[in-house]
Amino acid sequence: MIPIILGVAILVFTLMTFCPGDPASIILGSSATEEDLQAMNEQLGLNKPFLVRLGVFLRDTFFRFDLGTSYLTRISIVDSIKEYLPRTMILTIATMLISVTLALPFGIMAATHQGRWQDHLSMVFALIGISIPSFWLALLLILLFSVKLKWLPAMGIGGIQYYILPALSGSLGGVAGLARQTRSSMLDVIRADYITTARAKGVSEFKVITRHALKNALIPIITVVGTQFGKHLGGTMVIETIFGIPGMGQFIITGVNQRDYPVVQSGAIFLAAVFSICMLAVDLLYAAADPRIKAQYAGKRRKVKEHA
Amino acid sequence: MPEAMLERVKTQPKKKSEFLRVLKQLSYNKMAMLGLVIFVTELILVLLAPLIAPYNYTAMDTAAIREAPSLTHWFGTDDLGRDILSRILYGGRFSLTMGIFSIMISATYGAVIGSIAGYFGGRVDNVIMRLLDIIQSLPGMLLTIVISTVLGAGYLNTILALSVNGIPGQARMLRAQMMKNRGAEYVEAAQSINCSKARIIASHLFPNSFSPLIVQMTMGVANMILMASSLSFIGLGVQPPQPEWGAMLSGARQFIRSSPHMVIFPGLAIAITILALNLMGDGLRDALDPKLKK
Repeated sequence: MIPIILGVAILVFTLMTFCPGDPASIILGSSATEEDLQAMNEQLGLNKPFLVRLGVFLRDTFFRFDLGTSYLTRISIVDSIKEYLPRTMILTIATMLISVTLALPFGIMAATHQGRWQDHLSMVFALIGISIPSFWLALLLILLFSVKLKWLPAMGIGGIQYYILPALSGSLGGVAGLARQTRSSMLDVIRADYITTARAKGVSEFKVITRHALKNALIPIITVVGTQFGKHLGGTMVIETIFGIPGMGQFIITGVNQRDYPVVQSGAIFLAAVFSICMLAVDLLYAAADPRIKAQYAGKRRKVKEHA
Repeated sequence: MPEAMLERVKTQPKKKSEFLRVLKQLSYNKMAMLGLVIFVTELILVLLAPLIAPYNYTAMDTAAIREAPSLTHWFGTDDLGRDILSRILYGGRFSLTMGIFSIMISATYGAVIGSIAGYFGGRVDNVIMRLLDIIQSLPGMLLTIVISTVLGAGYLNTILALSVNGIPGQARMLRAQMMKNRGAEYVEAAQSINCSKARIIASHLFPNSFSPLIVQMTMGVANMILMASSLSFIGLGVQPPQPEWGAMLSGARQFIRSSPHMVIFPGLAIAITILALNLMGDGLRDALDPKLKK
């Protein structure tokens, strides 16, 4: 994981050096003289060779946890991220929670009623859900709940009611994808012998589905949840701009539009780090869900014994 | 062709083409066919946009600003009095081609990279996969935003940014297929007659490995169109006054209270396109799935 974050940092830094525009003139504005620009470049260390700058950047980022300052506002980026990241994370996690809590029952229902109307209804819903762009859904939800019904606020931050619409609009695509995956992996296990055994020995249907079937179907579902986390993290960036939530997305996109490159660079690296940590969490979840995977990581001696 | 030879060709048992089998299977699937019909219709509509569009997409009509849908303007007009139907038709040219081209570019590069990684394995595979890991550890949207920032906005740059984003997925898919197939007997046979590695990959392994890639490409076009319109929506990607669907939505945002039709129609266009592509993708997956082969 650490080499990957390092790789991302190098990749993003290298990409950003190819950005059009001269940072010094962005900071000082168009009225700056040639000497001012020179002095600014000197101050920022931009006249040094690329490798030196990369080295300085990596040292500052990973050993001093100093991500530099924004070109325009001169505010420390670490402080900005501290302020913005929680909002993005709340939104992303809320989105994930909504999609998981809606998708699992839908998928399970579709699988247990395969071929019947519940199945068709869920899958049509899933198909439509995948097809609707989240930013359009966000606009439609604003139209319905804020403009027409005036139930929920359309913009800004505040109490929990400000997060309802953004989380809903972000989660629909996730619900759909996850419901499909749940259905297909449930279908894979639901005809297995141990399900029949469980039913035969009189386990209640609810327990058969949740304990015996779902637990075995969980691995592919967790994989999808993991990959969707990244999608939601990216999608949240767009959603944030619609609902005017000052989070990482708005931070980065404003940075892009104002050519505030350190902001974009650090924001991207930071989000990538968050994403990698979540992928690591997914790997750990695998082990929690499947004892077979846990056994792989168990001590070598035990492994040998098992194979013998 | 001489008469006798023609006769022989005729009497030979007809070789069952895999392609035809898949097409046949696909034609049984009503939903997939519906998707195909919608998508092809859309392609024709945007191709013939100059003939069909009732107005010039740049023509401003100051007398009819933000007019609701009516007989003269089926989808209404936007904040500059431009006809939304015409703009959607022309906008489809951007949205659809961005999706198709970017997936074609990413599939080409992905296929080459994935084939090399999958066929050679070992250290080559390791290096390539770690590089792809790095690209993939940036959330897709974020990577596209970063690359678009570097390249600048615009049609071609957006296609490039989207393509880079798509490469790892395609490469992984093909790599997995290659690894599965490289031990097959026909590969061994080709190696034994001293076939060059490039030839083995290109003309023996690739045709046997690429069917999952087709499914992924179909779904990928949908995903790319979605990303392209998101990019335009946040101000990267295709720039106004070009009528890209996402850009139209972005421009319509501030008028959502007074003229909701400006928001509804471009979004509907995106949603229908994605729906059609997903239907097609699902059908193709079923048709290509060897488990369902009859």
